[in-house]
Amino acid sequence: MLKIENLSATVGEGEDAKTILNGLSLAVPTGEVHAIMGPNGAGKSTLSYVLTGREGYAVTGGTATLNGADMLALEPEARAAAGLFLSFQYPVEIPGVPVMTFVRTAMNAQRKARGEAEISAPDFIKKSREIAKVLSLDPEMLKRPVNVGFSGGEKKRLEIYQMMMLEPRFMVLDETDSGLDIDALRTVAEGVNALRAPSRGMLVITHYQRLLDYIKPDKVHVLAKGRIIKTGGPDLAHRLEAEGYDGVLAEAV
Amino acid sequence: MDCCGGVDEHDETCTEVKVKDGIDAGTVAAAKRLESENYSAGFVTDIEMEFAPKGLSESTVRFISAKKGEPDWLLEWRLDAYRRWLTMVEPDWARVNYPKIDYQAFYYYAAPKNAAKYKSIDEVPKEILDTYAKLGIPLREAEVLLGVEGAAETAATAREKPRIAVDAVFDSVSVATTFREELKKAGVIFMSISEAVHEYPELVRKYLGTVVPATDNYFATLNTAVFSDGTFVYVPKGVRCPMELSTYFRMNAESTGQFERTLIIADEGAYVSYLEGCTAPMRDENQLHAAVVELVALDDAEIKYSTVQNWWPGDEDGKGGIYNFVTKRGDCRGARSKISWTQVETGSAITWKYPSCVLRGDDSVGEFYSIAVTNGRQQADTGTKMIHLGKRTRSRIISKGISAGKSDNTYRGLVSIHKKAEGARNFTQCDSLLIGDKCGAHTVPYIENRRADAQLEHEATTTKLSEDQLFYVRQRGIGEEQAVALLVNGFVRDVLQELPMEFAVEAQKLLEVSLEGSVG
Repeated sequence: MLKIENLSATVGEGEDAKTILNGLSLAVPTGEVHAIMGPNGAGKSTLSYVLTGREGYAVTGGTATLNGADMLALEPEARAAAGLFLSFQYPVEIPGVPVMTFVRTAMNAQRKARGEAEISAPDFIKKSREIAKVLSLDPEMLKRPVNVGFSGGEKKRLEIYQMMMLEPRFMVLDETDSGLDIDALRTVAEGVNALRAPSRGMLVITHYQRLLDYIKPDKVHVLAKGRIIKTGGPDLAHRLEAEGYDGVLAEAV
Repeated sequence: MDCCGGVDEHDETCTEVKVKDGIDAGTVAAAKRLESENYSAGFVTDIEMEFAPKGLSESTVRFISAKKGEPDWLLEWRLDAYRRWLTMVEPDWARVNYPKIDYQAFYYYAAPKNAAKYKSIDEVPKEILDTYAKLGIPLREAEVLLGVEGAAETAATAREKPRIAVDAVFDSVSVATTFREELKKAGVIFMSISEAVHEYPELVRKYLGTVVPATDNYFATLNTAVFSDGTFVYVPKGVRCPMELSTYFRMNAESTGQFERTLIIADEGAYVSYLEGCTAPMRDENQLHAAVVELVALDDAEIKYSTVQNWWPGDEDGKGGIYNFVTKRGDCRGARSKISWTQVETGSAITWKYPSCVLRGDDSVGEFYSIAVTNGRQQADTGTKMIHLGKRTRSRIISKGISAGKSDNTYRGLVSIHKKAEGARNFTQCDSLLIGDKCGAHTVPYIENRRADAQLEHEATTTKLSEDQLFYVRQRGIGEEQAVALLVNGFVRDVLQELPMEFAVEAQKLLEVSLEGSVG
């Protein structure tokens, strides 16, 4: 279970520090998929970065735990080893480092941190082939440097590829649908749905309801002004799509 | 082509590397216990040594020459150089700063006692063998291959693995050269230069000093006067050298200078790949290393020269470390010849080094691939010179500089197209990577062109290791140090690919170790 309680965070330093998260509370039980929707600037991406430990954000209050482990106390790599995965809104290019080298290094680093044995080269390649097939990824692409020269859609698919390879216990998908055409969206959703399991939790951050047609959430939360202002079932997403955020925002005040 | 990084490679080499890994890990741990940071080669071998009297004078030169029983012409050559050196001024144009060197404070000759040359590997003292074993350099191969024990079995393994013949230079003398007999069958001469002076005097005399003349520059002239040992290689006409050749330089004794001289000749149509590795113990004072390397490639010959330089860089505050003032030059003397330099420079307090190619033969090719890493207080001023003299000569320069800590890293390169170099071409790419905000990267390209039809391309980039990249990699579970190493390895990938595979793996690890503690 991912449990966030009363989380507050600022970005920037000194007098420029700006509060982005303001007493946010949220619980995603293991096995459930929750969606977070919200207007621009609500703090959606900040939430994903604070959870995963990116520099430049200061936690000013509250807690965040994954299966009881205090995420905020850990280095980013230790959070990853604990099973927390972020699918980036803007995946980063890593020149000169082939995808397979990168993912294998990551996988073995996580395994090492958990005291597990490294994956053998044949096992790794086999797994990689299977997943590439599910995501319709050209195996040649996996020999190229990470994200270098990839289209927006390819980058997003590569995020899902990494997610499926690393099999995290909790996944945060930050605007995974942005930049995807409908076919790519369907492929990506298939990959994500393949990872739905009673042992995993998922937080899907999105601006539009569209993605949720493919990845059906158990709950939908509305994030605005740094906290969750409304929680509902899947219909809430449809209502937001039809009415916009204004109505919900007005109710909350 | 990276072995353990990539996943599509066969596993044999990986297993072999793991064995080495064990050794390295052990040494690293030992070094760490001594609170001596990350330098795994920093131990001292305790062995009885013989020194020349401290300081430099005409009698030092005579002492060295006499020690080696050299012929008169060589002694005269040395003395001429010494007298000229006295009139020369130390160059100061490089972007490096260091206190004035007291040339009288060094020993110019240091050798393990009784070691003019060991007749067989069995005579090499255990301490020295242990030293090389600890560094992962196999000297025992020689005796096994000479049929002492389990020869048949070894031959079978040898066919599977690429073999490397090693010349081990310990301070001022070569202590062992492996695979000599086997190479001899192919006609390849591979021995220490002191031996070659006696065994092949005509060859040595014909080529020594013809690429880097005694008058070349301050440090080369000094080397000419006092060079102690080094490697001599001759590959006869049409012979493709059957294995990689390598020299392993180890500076051990305190307050010594190492002045080795390497001479490699590839006769018409010959090919040789040569590797050079260097380490030194950690010491508080600065040690001087002023080597000269001369390469000669005749018609259709090819020489590939790779260096992994890991001299002690000094401690965090810049105390100690090797002053590395080296003159390396290759002469593409014949038509269609090719000389390729690949270097990975991670050590030394100061590096002053410009491996160059004189493209004399028509259609000859020169290449320079370089990775220079500076961390802590290290200073490197390194690059190349491509001198185009012949028609349709081509050169290619790929330089990757990585600066971290409070270090300074300068690429300095010259591309010179002479009047007769019709249709000459050069491509230069200089990339700099900065880690942190207290280091410097500088690119100083010089271009001299006297031909309208020359094609010259120059590309340069400077990038900073980005926090976005670092966070992305760490989010996938890779720790900060390893993340930096991964990003840096990506940055230097196209140069690493030029190294022979065993060296590429070693170089990759070296980069990782060199950059430890460079972020955060």
